[in-house]
Amino acid sequence: MPRRPQTPTTIPTTPAGTPAHDAGREAVIVGGNRIPFARAGGAYANASNQDMLTAALDGLVARFGLQGERIGEVVAGSVLKHSRDFNLARECVLGSSLSPQTPAYDLQQACATGLEAVIGVSNKIRLGQIESAIAGGADTISDAPIAVSEGLRRALLKASHAKSLSARIKAFASVRPADLAPATPRTDEPRTGLSMGEHQAITTATWSIGREEQDALAAASHQNLAAAYDAGFFDDLVTPYKGLVRDANLRPDSSVEKLAKLSPVFGTSLAVPATMTAGNSTPLSDGASVVLVASRAWARDHDLPVLARVVDGESAAVDYVHGHDGLLMAPAHAVPRLLARNALTLDDFDFFEIHEAFASTVLTTLAAWEDADYCRTELGLDGPFGSIDRSRLNVTGSSLAAGHPFAATGARIVATAAKLVANRAAETGKVSRALVSICAAGGLGVAAIIESAASVPGADAATTGGAL
Amino acid sequence: MSDSYVSLVNGGLGGTVAKKLGLPRPGVLRRQTPDAPFAPGPVLVLGSPASADADAVAQLILTSDGGADLDIRRAAAGASARWGAVVVVLSDVEHPRDLAAPMLDLSGALRALAPGGRVVTISREATSSDTPSVAAARQGVDGALRSLAKELRAGATGNGIVLAGGVDLTAASVGAALRFFLSPRSAFVDGQLLTVSSVAGEAPGSWDRPLEGRVAVVTGAARGIGAAIARVLARDGARVVVVDVPAAGEALAALANEVRGTALQLDITAPDAGERIIDHAVSRHGGLDIVVHNAGITRDKLLANMSPEQWDSVLAVNIGAQLTINEALLASPAFTRSPRIVSLASTSGIAGNRGQTNYAASKGGVIGMVRATGPLLAGVGGTANAVAPGFIETEMTSRIPFATREVARRLNSLQQAGLPVDVAEAVAFLAGPAAGGINGEVLRVCGQNLVGA
Repeated sequence: MPRRPQTPTTIPTTPAGTPAHDAGREAVIVGGNRIPFARAGGAYANASNQDMLTAALDGLVARFGLQGERIGEVVAGSVLKHSRDFNLARECVLGSSLSPQTPAYDLQQACATGLEAVIGVSNKIRLGQIESAIAGGADTISDAPIAVSEGLRRALLKASHAKSLSARIKAFASVRPADLAPATPRTDEPRTGLSMGEHQAITTATWSIGREEQDALAAASHQNLAAAYDAGFFDDLVTPYKGLVRDANLRPDSSVEKLAKLSPVFGTSLAVPATMTAGNSTPLSDGASVVLVASRAWARDHDLPVLARVVDGESAAVDYVHGHDGLLMAPAHAVPRLLARNALTLDDFDFFEIHEAFASTVLTTLAAWEDADYCRTELGLDGPFGSIDRSRLNVTGSSLAAGHPFAATGARIVATAAKLVANRAAETGKVSRALVSICAAGGLGVAAIIESAASVPGADAATTGGAL
Repeated sequence: MSDSYVSLVNGGLGGTVAKKLGLPRPGVLRRQTPDAPFAPGPVLVLGSPASADADAVAQLILTSDGGADLDIRRAAAGASARWGAVVVVLSDVEHPRDLAAPMLDLSGALRALAPGGRVVTISREATSSDTPSVAAARQGVDGALRSLAKELRAGATGNGIVLAGGVDLTAASVGAALRFFLSPRSAFVDGQLLTVSSVAGEAPGSWDRPLEGRVAVVTGAARGIGAAIARVLARDGARVVVVDVPAAGEALAALANEVRGTALQLDITAPDAGERIIDHAVSRHGGLDIVVHNAGITRDKLLANMSPEQWDSVLAVNIGAQLTINEALLASPAFTRSPRIVSLASTSGIAGNRGQTNYAASKGGVIGMVRATGPLLAGVGGTANAVAPGFIETEMTSRIPFATREVARRLNSLQQAGLPVDVAEAVAFLAGPAAGGINGEVLRVCGQNLVGA
């Protein structure tokens, strides 16, 4: 791939009005931390998003000795969020061991929140606006916000604005018994009323993805995650929380045979046999994760390791409402565009981290890339985008085994990918690359390229010469 | 976990009742606080009349950091306050009869010893190459000190410094040991004789932060004694890497943030644990100077009922892992700046304990290991020593049934259990730059426990 020039620039020579950034600046991943993911109503039943994200931050601080450190920016979010958590990331910073002078903002892009946060802070680092950042997210099903009904909400607002007692009583008089039922959070698509599972069931049927291959992917996820834990892979990626040491959803003894016994839960009203079960769909989960991203100079000045660099990211969206693409097919669009921009092909990657919202999401994406028609008509390519080597897919497990607390998945995957490429590069002495792809509600998808960075030639010259 | 009996008998009514009934009346121990003086009153230095060694010790205390603020006397006459400490210099005794004058002078001073006061003897090691009368006099000090320690009350302690191999009073570690025994840092060390065997070591730049600029690793640091060690090493200026198994990561992270160090989740029985520890310390903190082998487990069973798993796991964690990690340390160029290894033994490893054959084998093993490892480090100014805790108030001992625990607490000269910080202070002392002349030794922190002391 083409490398950006590594020549250093200095502030004094930068003309006024020109961004004071070095085109050779890199955003490197120092490491990550997450708490084990719990099943909804499980170990974290009494933990809030703020509790979990603070725990994830504090674990990262402890791992890298960042106590009292002023980080350039902390960017995180959650998908199911209380209105009181309007400043979630900032509140977590204040509750953590980081310097209280660390700025923060919330970001939300459904399940892509964490990955979008990583891309966002990486861009700021590459621009020279900040030297360090923490990106991540948290989500809880157990502590999800429950709102009052629309009728009661209007009455309460009207009463709060009322000037007299009689006006207040009048406001409440409009409340009907049905209005007293709470409004629970919905993950259904607002424009279709269908759940994500039902949407994916349609896509699964369209692409004729079989039950057996979905179960095989789910079993592999569990087996890979368990093996990675046993090998100590997560020793420096996960910090236990509230007594949970490993992901609660993990079933090391999972197998295709066991998964085959589960009844389908999505797509049961479709014309074709339903294939999606609780075993090959992600469970509702609670958790939080963060990634430490920095400039190379910052990492060096703090004696911190450099695992990988964030090369590039691409977002895509599909028209699942009126068009013929499935709700979770946006990554199929994002990845070809991302790779084209970076002059890479699927063969250039050692690892593929494709978020397992459902086993069939991964499988439909792979099928789409192999389908000449789809690639021509939907992606505007000349022919099939390509196939991936399945042995490079989610090698340390993914969301089916670990669970999927929506906004926490991005940082989990990025930290894992960074460590994978760093280890591979250390073994082979060659640059190693991982492709990260995450689908999200609303027909969204985000992809990113993570590349090993420990031994990039000339990198030191680029950073030591930088005036930032 | 707290010992409410100690506060009860140190209160007005409780104290009277306990005295009338002849119940044990443990004193309140004097513990380290910022700016604590190293003695709670004037210091009396005793020795044979006109002893040059006693004069030298008085001078040593006077000229040490903070010593100028102390009232140091060579004779008991005319003192108005109670003695903060009595140092008995017996390094020049040549016949048991030479013990009489200083010991009887000490006898006169004991009633005026302040609560939490200290008696410290300084003597020479008795060896087979001494003349019989010299050896008898020197070994006699040992018996006298241990007995005296059992007589002291109100939190006062008695300990001895033993000079070996021709080391003289000016050795850095003699001053450091004297300072440690006089100070509140040695609160739960009682009836112990600590040998200084070389002139190695140097006084720190600051006695308040003697570990400034040093990088320390503490294993098993997530809770209990390990956490206390990490806190005390950090208080003394060290940059601390706290290590524990991944499952203990939550408490470990909180501790790392408290002591402003870094957390390393690691199973110490992993074959590459030593390399990973060195790599972490060197890459993050620029070196590795102190390793505290604190991680340990118990799997108590009578030997007749012991399973191979129970035996093997205890030996693997408590001694096997230490040996493997030490091999890596000894081979590493990073571990050569007057390095320190301090390993946690146990009084069980010295005196034995029913139901703990596996544990005692591992802890006895630790004692043998440091004795053999010390000389391997001496070439680079390093040491390896062990600290053997007695009954310490921890989460582990709080699970002992009430009656057994009450009895166990009183079975030492201080009639109470120690605190994790007491063990930590001993570790920090041995890890300090001035303790370079103390090598291959075992320092017990047990309040002079009746077993093994």
